[in-house]
Amino acid sequence: MQRLGEKYQSVEAFGWAARDSSGHLSPFVFSRRETGEEEMRVKVLYCGVCHSDLHCLKNEWHSSIYPLVPGHEIVGEVTEIGRKVSKFSIGDKIGVGCIVDSCRACESCREDQENYCTKSVATYNGVHYDGTVNYGGYSDHIVVDERYAVKIPHTLPLASAAPLLCAGISMYSPMKYFGLAGPGKHIGIVGLGGLGHIGVRFAKAFGSKVTVVSSTAGKSKDALEIFEADGFLVSTDEDQMQAAMGTMDGIIDTVSASHPILPLIGLLKPSGKLVLLGATEKPFDLHAFSLILGRKSIAGSAIGGIKETQEMINFAAEHGIKAEIETISMEYVNTAMDRLAKGDVRYRFVIDIANTLAVTRS
Amino acid sequence: MAKSSDQNKAFGWAANDKSGVLSPFHFSRRENGDDDVTVKILFCGVCHSDLHTIKNDWGFSHYPIIPGHEIVGIATKVGKNVTKFKEGDRVGVGVIIGSCQSCESCNQDFENYCPQLVYTYNSRSSDGTRNQGGYSDKIVVDQRFVLSFPDGLPSDSGAPLLCAGITVYSPMKYYGMTEEKGKHLGVSGLGGLGHIAVKIGKAFGLKVTVISRSSDKESEAIDRLGADSFLVTTDSQKMKDSFGTMDFVLDTVSAEHSLLPLFGLLKVNGKLVALGLPEKPLELPIFPLVLGRKMVGGSQIGGMKETQEMLDFCAKHNIVADIELIKMSDINSAMDRLAKSDVRYRFVIDVANSINSA
Repeated sequence: MQRLGEKYQSVEAFGWAARDSSGHLSPFVFSRRETGEEEMRVKVLYCGVCHSDLHCLKNEWHSSIYPLVPGHEIVGEVTEIGRKVSKFSIGDKIGVGCIVDSCRACESCREDQENYCTKSVATYNGVHYDGTVNYGGYSDHIVVDERYAVKIPHTLPLASAAPLLCAGISMYSPMKYFGLAGPGKHIGIVGLGGLGHIGVRFAKAFGSKVTVVSSTAGKSKDALEIFEADGFLVSTDEDQMQAAMGTMDGIIDTVSASHPILPLIGLLKPSGKLVLLGATEKPFDLHAFSLILGRKSIAGSAIGGIKETQEMINFAAEHGIKAEIETISMEYVNTAMDRLAKGDVRYRFVIDIANTLAVTRS
Repeated sequence: MAKSSDQNKAFGWAANDKSGVLSPFHFSRRENGDDDVTVKILFCGVCHSDLHTIKNDWGFSHYPIIPGHEIVGIATKVGKNVTKFKEGDRVGVGVIIGSCQSCESCNQDFENYCPQLVYTYNSRSSDGTRNQGGYSDKIVVDQRFVLSFPDGLPSDSGAPLLCAGITVYSPMKYYGMTEEKGKHLGVSGLGGLGHIAVKIGKAFGLKVTVISRSSDKESEAIDRLGADSFLVTTDSQKMKDSFGTMDFVLDTVSAEHSLLPLFGLLKVNGKLVALGLPEKPLELPIFPLVLGRKMVGGSQIGGMKETQEMLDFCAKHNIVADIELIKMSDINSAMDRLAKSDVRYRFVIDVANSINSA
């Protein structure tokens, strides 16, 4: 069935898509719209593999539209610009993250918090205002409104910059908003994966003290030696957790599976904040006493606005912050997804789209 | 540290077991030490925590328990180091009577978050004394934990401010509700805490909506308490229409209830403050927190400096509790009524006039 707007999709595109909830990806020819007045056509160079891609491919959130081309950690080069584009030029290296449009009129949009606009449009598996479904960055190019793209400074290596567009901003935003970024602050980061490891790097660059909280004792070496965390707690070790009670100003919890939060609340100082990033369907148990007795709070956070994403990229460039990545070919992506499901990646896969996608087109 | 003495006999009403039935009880208070103020108790508010404690709802009650932490009285004796009070002063004693006075929280005047906090009743002081509360004729308290009761604030209807008042005032300040006039506050539950929250919210220039399970209290909320609107949680259309309209929600309900609709009422970046102390965990839905950067925070009473500030604020704005004055001998039937939320909106015991004839 042709959706409204599809007749304006006239530029051929090529990527990898899943056709069903097996999540298995394979070559997919499709088309993108013509470049609008305020839009840019961007040749994709690299795309990070986010755990959300995996959740979505497998329809774990029950909202996936197939065929599904994931990818929202996109770094690319501008190849065409609409006549009203003012922020970018052809040849610019740019990044596109998790959203490619929003209502532009609500309070959130007006305050540069497009990520909280109730009508925000996701980069993939989102429905564009013309009714077409968006295809993401596991593809040769995308078309995006300049308002939703950020410039990548030339000092940032492109492949390792890609994960900043989702993982990076997801950690940067709550650290700033909840006042955890800076000398004298002690941040706990739960989970040392794609988000967690970048979070440690940002926190150290802010001058905060950082303790990683993980269920995997084996990650301690990387946490302390590669990412330079100040401490590492094994969450299942009651003695360690007990000894650290009441020591943290804030905790950013990157774990997406359901897990007990009472021990994490115990780690907080009075007035401490637990920020949850992983949205699980199953509600958590809230022991009201645990919040009341220390004036503690639990909040959520989701990525960040575009202006803040640019600020984050600039900060990363200034401080030499990049993701720790394993660059892979497009062909490897299904294996990568299997490994990601088991947490077997240090610490983000990034697909070398420019050099390995085209060759898969037979 | 002063010790208990037969010279300082006291009389109150205590619960002896988790039936929660209160009856006359003879005991003694410590002698008035150098830093102490002895207070002849005039009035004591009946807080829902008193009921939870005498029934051992939270599992840490040690009997016999004389409850009561909304105490207003007259200073009858002051120790030689006491500078802030003199005999004859009208004073208040609230929920806490001791803290370590050296930790970060104490140094920031937030004794209420001190890990070595000592509650007015059902607690033990460092010298081993079991502390008994305000359903009694007198109490002896360290001056740091005694408040000056402002002129213009009536002793009887001002008493509930010492717990209910500060319990809502403190989070309203801490969570930023008082910084800008015109912000929209939802008050969930219209009981002892809720009704004072409405009055304080209006005094801070906020738009206030009362959120309640039934429409019984609607005309009171609007006509007498000054709320701007009233929302019944079972009216799904009205709830839906109100989604995303509130900057803050103060949840005073301690019974089991769902937080999901309360989160729905909040705007993006909205804050839900949980004040009720339920017996069992509440369910915390995560999606609304993440998708709207919303927050749930707790709060417990307030520090001493802040409690004084609150009393002065209420005196200035003529904010008092709506009370039903009772005799000491009526306390058990009052507790039964409180359990059914049958009070508008706080019982206050006329201690001085009824404790000895009880």
